[in-house]
Amino acid sequence: MPARLPPSPAFAALNRLAAQRILILDGAMGTQIQQLALDEDGYRGHGGGHACRHHSDHPQKGNNDLLILTQPEAVEEIHYRYARAGADIVETNTFSATTIAQADYGLEAAVHDLNLEGARIVRRALDRAAAEDGRPRFVAGALGPTNRTASISPDVNNPGYRAVSFEDLRRAYLQQAQGLIAGGADILLIETIFDTLNAKAAIFACLQAMEAHGMALPLMISGTITDASGRTLSGQTPTAFWHSVRHARPWSVGLNCALGAAAMRPHLAELSGVADTLICAYPNAGLPNAFGQYDEGPLDTAAQIADFAREGLVNVVGGCCGTTPDHVRAIAEAVAPFSPRKVPEYA
Amino acid sequence: MPDRLLRLSGLEPFVLTPDIPFVNVGERTNVTGSARFRKLITTRDYAAALEVARDQVENGAQIIDINMDEGLIDSKAAMVEFLNLLAAEPDIARVPVMIDSSKWEVIEAGLQCVQGKPVVNSISMKEGEDQFRQQAGLCLAYGAAVVVMAFDEQGQADTAARKIQICQRAYRILVDEVGFPPEDIIFDPNIFAVATGIEEHDNYGVDFIEAARWIRTNLPHAHVSGGVSNLSFSFRGNEPVREAMHAVFLYHAIQAGMDMGIVNAGQLAVYDQIDPDLREACEDVVLNRRADATERLLEVAERYRGEGGARAREKDLGWRDWPIGKRLEHALVNGITEYIEADTEEARGQAERPLHVIEGPLMAGMNVVGDLFGAGKMFLPQVVKSARVMKQAVAVLLPYMEEEKRLTGATDRESAGRILMATVKGDVHDIGKNIVGVVLACNNYEVIDLGVMVPPQKILEVARAEKVDVIGLSGLITPSLDEMVHMAAEMEREGFTIPLLIGGATTSKIHTAVKIAPRYAGGPAVYVTDASRAVGVVSALLSPAQRDAYVEGIRTEYQDVAARHERAEAAKTRLPLAAARANRLAMDWSAHRPVAPAFTGTRIVDDWDLAQIARYIDWTPFFQTWELKGVFPRILEDEAQGEAARNLYRDAQEMLGRIIEGRWFRPRAVVGFWPANAVGDDIRLFTGEDRGTALATLHTLRQQVTKRNGRPNVALADFVAPEGIADHVGGFVVTAGPEEAEIAARYERANDDYGAIMVKALADRIAEAMAEMLHERVRKEFWGYAPQEDLGPEDLIAERYAGIRPAPGYPAQPDHTEKLTLFRLLDAEAATGVTLTESMAMWPGSSVSGLYLAHPDAYYFGVARIEEDQARDYADRKGRPLAEIERWLAPILNYNRTGTAPEAADRIGERA
Repeated sequence: MPARLPPSPAFAALNRLAAQRILILDGAMGTQIQQLALDEDGYRGHGGGHACRHHSDHPQKGNNDLLILTQPEAVEEIHYRYARAGADIVETNTFSATTIAQADYGLEAAVHDLNLEGARIVRRALDRAAAEDGRPRFVAGALGPTNRTASISPDVNNPGYRAVSFEDLRRAYLQQAQGLIAGGADILLIETIFDTLNAKAAIFACLQAMEAHGMALPLMISGTITDASGRTLSGQTPTAFWHSVRHARPWSVGLNCALGAAAMRPHLAELSGVADTLICAYPNAGLPNAFGQYDEGPLDTAAQIADFAREGLVNVVGGCCGTTPDHVRAIAEAVAPFSPRKVPEYA
Repeated sequence: MPDRLLRLSGLEPFVLTPDIPFVNVGERTNVTGSARFRKLITTRDYAAALEVARDQVENGAQIIDINMDEGLIDSKAAMVEFLNLLAAEPDIARVPVMIDSSKWEVIEAGLQCVQGKPVVNSISMKEGEDQFRQQAGLCLAYGAAVVVMAFDEQGQADTAARKIQICQRAYRILVDEVGFPPEDIIFDPNIFAVATGIEEHDNYGVDFIEAARWIRTNLPHAHVSGGVSNLSFSFRGNEPVREAMHAVFLYHAIQAGMDMGIVNAGQLAVYDQIDPDLREACEDVVLNRRADATERLLEVAERYRGEGGARAREKDLGWRDWPIGKRLEHALVNGITEYIEADTEEARGQAERPLHVIEGPLMAGMNVVGDLFGAGKMFLPQVVKSARVMKQAVAVLLPYMEEEKRLTGATDRESAGRILMATVKGDVHDIGKNIVGVVLACNNYEVIDLGVMVPPQKILEVARAEKVDVIGLSGLITPSLDEMVHMAAEMEREGFTIPLLIGGATTSKIHTAVKIAPRYAGGPAVYVTDASRAVGVVSALLSPAQRDAYVEGIRTEYQDVAARHERAEAAKTRLPLAAARANRLAMDWSAHRPVAPAFTGTRIVDDWDLAQIARYIDWTPFFQTWELKGVFPRILEDEAQGEAARNLYRDAQEMLGRIIEGRWFRPRAVVGFWPANAVGDDIRLFTGEDRGTALATLHTLRQQVTKRNGRPNVALADFVAPEGIADHVGGFVVTAGPEEAEIAARYERANDDYGAIMVKALADRIAEAMAEMLHERVRKEFWGYAPQEDLGPEDLIAERYAGIRPAPGYPAQPDHTEKLTLFRLLDAEAATGVTLTESMAMWPGSSVSGLYLAHPDAYYFGVARIEEDQARDYADRKGRPLAEIERWLAPILNYNRTGTAPEAADRIGERA
């Protein structure tokens, strides 16, 4: 296990920036992809895209991660727009790029390519943006929660049953993390954590991947408080969650998804009070309406996130479901006047 | 801003803040700490097991310790299952867990099941720094705090200096090299039992407290924990005293900085509310403030004894007002040593001569014991306890008698007779012999015990020099039978006429009648069934009035027995070897595909946990050792023997606790597997899977008795596949360790034969239990041919498993010399310290060896008697002279040996 790995070059650069200001993370991928209105052929890259060399008989519509291989130009364009909107950190489109999540699409074999190319595409987009404005930006390789839970039984009659094991998850995440690092990810971001045990497997895998890589990359960890109970889906309070992941020495810890900024605030405040590392928050654009769409406008979201900044709760902010490049631009402008939160140090 | 505090979590966070003086870790979900929980887990009643956890949390446990280290369950599977079920119970899962196991694989499996931040209990430098670093690194990667035991390559730290040195070294490795957060380190500097009566243990309380203080002062942010109940192990059964000891210990240890502990909250008194006398006595013991602290606490403790026979004794304290003679009798009959020294002293003051105390009230008391024993109203363990009282009384009088002798030349007391006892050359087993010695001594016989492995010349020399009246020989293994025959012949040759008593597990009336008595025409050779008969036999033999008639009766009986035996043997028809081979057991090797073991070659197994071994003990033979005959546990409720059995069992459990606590034994084992095929009646072992080079040959013997109903004439080789099918055999040696002899000697020096016999009897049981455990591990893991086996302890005792572990020298292979091959293959002496005597007995005596044969249809059988054709064939196959083979197989030869006198055969036997 990595005891004392040398930090990657991006680590120092990020630390310098984070000391100066609140950093901006990008916004939602899903809503941007929806606007492409792709059909099954579009997802598969037939016609205008790139046919995927990995074959699957399963329908691929909805497999957003696959677009990395079949519609790379479109994906790069989304990343580029977020970069130009003010994002310092842009996430790869690899939320479901693990063998576990891709099993639903029969595309386990494509996982390495998805992560490798997923990171490269963001890098290309950020390089294009940097060529225009000269700002340094960072690729965050995204590791999603998968569609299975390691500490909750899917069978109510058999509470001891588990559909996935720690070891299954660790192996899948290790492959993903290694692909992302090979593709040039500067950061590894474990996000939308609704089961902390899944996240601990991801942490274990990320540490192993860094060890193999020979360098420590900044690790961002972001949990999800699913409802008004103020707990994760697997039942932990924000502080309990922090205690469970602190051993990763994450560069940041925070919350994303599920709630809009207003509902997230108390939980974020709790985390900010206990965590001796940077705090990151990227809420949804409010709560989804009856049609599953998010209708909070850029200024609404930005105003609430500005409150986080005003109270000194955050170091990194961005958007999750329903947010757009316009939201990110508004958020960046709204938090600009405020200093980043001071990281408490343990005595 | 936040301090560096221990931060754990379940569903909710737990922070060890300075305003929490002490974290009490719940121990009721620990199979080693709670009999109830163990039962629930072994019976897979997880619903009730969860309730135990829930109760603990509801009663305020801040962390719950979960331990599944139970030999009879799959600890890893149980840990995973329980943690997974627990995760579904939010009211339990809210607190952090402590994943407690001595096995890393169990810990790691547990770590993979918890979303919170747990505590691992424990890791240590026991196996060296590399493994410690690796496991610490994994704990960090899994996100756990760790309990670090003060344990290094040399063993568990007992003194403060060792504890400190190990903890400091571990801390530096964890913090400087592994990058472990210091606040996540919890040291367990080992709480050991105090007031055990062993002087080296007296300072254990202080050692812990001093180590705790040093750690908290010098190793920033680290914590100190410990299992408190260990401290009071020697007071098991006396809960008020245990509670007081715990409270006193914690009071001082917490002040020194201990901030966590595994304590049964129901087993904790309030420091201020402890009776001041008891508190002071406890404090003297815990803080080792005075040399007689243990004795004083024992005294005070008597007042608090709660249950069982002890209470009856307390109730009966009225006997203390009786006259001195009756008091001595009462102490002897009830085995009470507490007052014997003072009472003996008082009796001496009233007697004209110290000898009169022995001949008067003490012998009177022992006569009562003898009568009760003879009438079946007392049982052997109670008699041995009486003997302990007697010995301690005599020890008080001895100096006065010596002094009197010096001044007046007065004579020694008259004993009923002088008896020499010995375990014969080549044999190391002496429990039975010691029991007989104690019983005889109780009946005023003077016993000269020459110990074990006594050569014949020594026995005869002492017999002559000391003018003994009787010689008693003991032996357990079959070659000892021949040794006894040899002794009988030697006595005859040297003109002895005194009685020769024969006893021990393999001896019998038939063997004595047929083989021994005819060799000793000059005197009677008498078989003694057990200790309860010894006094009757000896008194008849030494009584001028009874002797002649008794000896004549024995002689007639033995002649009759020998003749009947002769007729019975002649009536049993035996097959020629060729015919027996034609009727071999033909296994269907197309129906069974042998499994290859996980490794070939040998492996030392030294990760034994005495507490776990204890749970595998088969108690029935233990009671047999003490001549209480019945099946455990029913024997505890037996109408006649029940009370004796219960008291014996309680004493055994108490000593077992001390054995475990004090780590009195260092059990070791070696196990090996080799590619093997049957070749005729032999089993050939090969150096590698190509089976090109032979490594060794294991020889087996075939039944020659005529079988009916198509039953085969079986040999062990029949259970191994012939050439062409890749089969394996295994072998093993386990030993409880050589320590038993020294510990037993310590008890003997303290005039406590009861304790001495107890420790040996338990060492035997421990070795047998180890053999059972190792076999289970072989089936499930090392060989792995039955990985899914799930048997309870009764099933193991009833041998309801696949495959067998026959031992050389036992019925399926009566040839003890096969142990030489087994020991060479295993390099057993180097691996375990077990050696073979010239009679192929294993030393230390508490050792077990054998082969492993895995075929599911393999079974235990007896070769019984063999004919000369097989003896010759076997000698050829082994490449040994026939005479030598005949000597070793003497007990099973169905013919008279050709030409070789036993004496000559004996000399041949010494070539080994």
